[in-house]
Amino acid sequence: MDAQVATHEHAHPKPALYLKVALILFVMTALEVLAFEVSRRSGAPLHDLVQPLLNQILIILSAAKFALVAMFYMHLKQDSKVFSGLFVFPLIIAAVMISALLLLFAYLRMLHPTA
Amino acid sequence: MAHDTAHAMHPPTATGLDTRKLAIWTFIGSECLFFATLISNYLVYKGKSLVGPLPHETSQCLLHGQMTTCEPIFEIPLVTFGTAVLLFSSFFVVLALNGAQRGNRKQLIGWLSATVVCGLFFIGMQVYEFRHFYHKGLGYTTNLFGSSFYTLTGFHGTHVTIGVIWLATVLVLAIRGKIPAEKSLNLEIAALYWHFVDVVWIVIFPVVYLMR
Amino acid sequence: MATIAMGHAGAEAAYAEKKGLWSWITTVDHKRIGILYGVSAFLFFLIGGLEALLLRWQLGAPEKTFLSPELYNQLFTMHGTTMIFLGVMPLSAMFFNYFIPLQIGARDVAFPRLNAYSYWVFLFGGLILNASFLFNAAPDMGWFAYANLTSKQYSPGLNVDFWIIGLQILGIASLAAAVNFFVTILNLRAPGMKMMRMPMFVWMSLITQVLLLLAFPIITVALVLLMLDRNFGTHFFVPSGGGDPVLWQHLFWLFGHPEVYILILPAFGVVSEVLPVFSRKPLFGYAAMVFSGCFIAFLGFGVWSHHMFSTGMGPMADTVFSLGTMLIAIPTGVKIFNWIGTVWGGSIQFKTPMYFALGFVAMFIIGGLSGVMHASPPADLQQTDSYFIVAHFHYVLFGGSIFGLTAGAYYWFPKMTGRMLSEALGKVHFWLMFIGFNLTFAPMHILGLNGMPRRVYTYSADMGFGFWNAIETVGSLILGLAFLVFIINILKSLRSGAVAPADPWHGATLEWSIPSPPQEWNFAVEPTVDSRDALWELRRTKGVLPEPARVSGRGIHLPSPSYWPIVTAFGTALTLVGFLMHVTLWVILAGVAITMFGIFSWAFEPADH
Repeated sequence: MDAQVATHEHAHPKPALYLKVALILFVMTALEVLAFEVSRRSGAPLHDLVQPLLNQILIILSAAKFALVAMFYMHLKQDSKVFSGLFVFPLIIAAVMISALLLLFAYLRMLHPTA
Repeated sequence: MAHDTAHAMHPPTATGLDTRKLAIWTFIGSECLFFATLISNYLVYKGKSLVGPLPHETSQCLLHGQMTTCEPIFEIPLVTFGTAVLLFSSFFVVLALNGAQRGNRKQLIGWLSATVVCGLFFIGMQVYEFRHFYHKGLGYTTNLFGSSFYTLTGFHGTHVTIGVIWLATVLVLAIRGKIPAEKSLNLEIAALYWHFVDVVWIVIFPVVYLMR
Repeated sequence: MATIAMGHAGAEAAYAEKKGLWSWITTVDHKRIGILYGVSAFLFFLIGGLEALLLRWQLGAPEKTFLSPELYNQLFTMHGTTMIFLGVMPLSAMFFNYFIPLQIGARDVAFPRLNAYSYWVFLFGGLILNASFLFNAAPDMGWFAYANLTSKQYSPGLNVDFWIIGLQILGIASLAAAVNFFVTILNLRAPGMKMMRMPMFVWMSLITQVLLLLAFPIITVALVLLMLDRNFGTHFFVPSGGGDPVLWQHLFWLFGHPEVYILILPAFGVVSEVLPVFSRKPLFGYAAMVFSGCFIAFLGFGVWSHHMFSTGMGPMADTVFSLGTMLIAIPTGVKIFNWIGTVWGGSIQFKTPMYFALGFVAMFIIGGLSGVMHASPPADLQQTDSYFIVAHFHYVLFGGSIFGLTAGAYYWFPKMTGRMLSEALGKVHFWLMFIGFNLTFAPMHILGLNGMPRRVYTYSADMGFGFWNAIETVGSLILGLAFLVFIINILKSLRSGAVAPADPWHGATLEWSIPSPPQEWNFAVEPTVDSRDALWELRRTKGVLPEPARVSGRGIHLPSPSYWPIVTAFGTALTLVGFLMHVTLWVILAGVAITMFGIFSWAFEPADH
């Protein structure tokens, strides 16, 4: 079968780095859930700060987790930019599609309600 | 890069990149649109259900033939645990690949087994969750929330299942000594698919379970 | 300069081409797969054409009763679905398969067995879709199947289900092929063939694969949601359950608009090959052609709701989509000016491929102009769902794609078969097609603006539509005659056409440097390239080139034939068919089992056997 293209003989990250990434991912997940729980309970500390910003916080945290897995576990940071392009371009189209549909169905319907 | 072509597969490729690796990334790019459409469907119908159960609010729903008040249906602790398991499975498969690339058979087999176990656990959690929701009144056709939720997470679960089968196949090959360092690409490609499945869940988890 | 092998002098073909049905069933050779696509697609295209002739016969005079309304609905739905998915797309696939490897100097595609799999899945999908006629349940709800006409309530029969399952199967074929060709073009180019030295057909094909990869997953999900609504009781598009039928339109056209670029870009590529060769001039503005193609593809994802101006999206949405649609006219215009610039000042060779390529440019301009008119929402409110739209898309799809692909057929027939098509018959074909096409579709502009709606099975005598409809029906018969002439030309030339040399047209690209038809391995020695239009460059430096010899093929490694692609394809089709009739679980499970067995056997098949 095919021999491996050794693109990472020099820049091979050590397992320790991967463990750090894993722990950061775990912490970020915990933060996501924490933000959710805080925004749910009106008596919780920081509630008034977190509740109106919950969606934004979640988007930022999940985007960061996404980037970490893509860059480190999927090796995009060390690999050829071609692979990053193959991933990022569809993600842009996907983001445009999701935003457009949300706009069309939620926001614009709110502005111009039809019967 | 010069040292790439020295170790490159025979014959060399126009981009210097491995053809199969290029193919799996191309496929992953395409799959982004597949899940984006399912996520769009979920978000467009968020809050539009005519009856309960609902994700985060109490509602009126049909339970055992009677309209009753239903609690919000999500159980965050369970799914958070499943999310963590999936995240760690990505970590484990990276360690397995590291072992494969170094020719360390024990590391490869050990961590790859852990990955497969995590994958099975995640599927188990989803099956449990679906059944639990069903008993709490959320059937597939009960409302738009149920339909779009089960479709989105169901397709994700199918991808996880395919990933588990694929990784298990590579594991069997590894145990039989068929994944030496020169063939670590076989695992790398399966691992890329697995990471993608994880990355999709990284999006689904907040969008579905946490966002209001 | 390009290096081309001149063969071992005197070493005659000790290599024997495989023969027989089994060799075709197990083939993984891109050239054979291309021919399989081409023959199947042409047959489906003829079926689609027959459907059109029946429609035209029904509409030829007011209040005819030749076709019942139900049959009429089935015929126009199948005509559209067939022409798009079983006609233009696989005809393009024929050229992708045959000529992408040749033009980039490769021996085959990146994944030959996956290539075969794509073909067999396509064939099964096309057969299943047409099998619906046997059940008197051919799809009858229009090729874009708007909800909630497609709900179980309003379409209780199997018609919609056949359409869903057929399209899902075809989608799998397209996606697999798209991965294959995308990777092939990126990775298997000959040494020296940088991206900006590739033939324009390869560039347009590459962009088409990107569109396929990004658009088909969307329709896949939409079809799943529709199937769930129909057979599993969900309400994604059903208002009584909170669903919104307009969501179907959005999801469909998010796929559907990129799909029309999938339909036209290969023809753009073909014409960009033919015009330079038959003008004896390089393509004008190569870089602009590449970038405008990329821009069209990218923008094509942002204009889908111009198919939905009458759904009440609101002025903001209408404006955004209108602007985007008008913007796309710019890169398209760039291409048209570059084609004209290519021909301008050239030494025009008036051969049949050139006729069709020039015809393409003229007809596509007309189609594009009516398209720009639709881009204005207020104007479109009158034009939509009228024959004005029917005129537009036939000018771009027939006048565009079909004329372009026919140019490709005449251009590449000698390479594929080793025979020249008759120039005399070719010109008769062209004029019959040109006249027939314009007689059929030009009056539709008038009828549309005068208020004739599309998809009506008849019209009353006092509407005043009768005259132009009669003209159109005559035109369609002339078109039928044109295709008859084409078929006669093909059959006659296959038997007794002039033997074709390697390079009958004085071509610029690598496929003309090898024998007609090529030997299985394409190139005896892998070519190296250092410019665009590699063959012209070679002739410029080396003068007249000798006719390439056929070699024995000893020492050339080729992928082995395999039957796992067709087995796996059968499993795939069977799995989806299980969802067709009352969702039969055992059929689905059998299909999954066969597919998995096929995949595993394929994966572990020894490379050489």
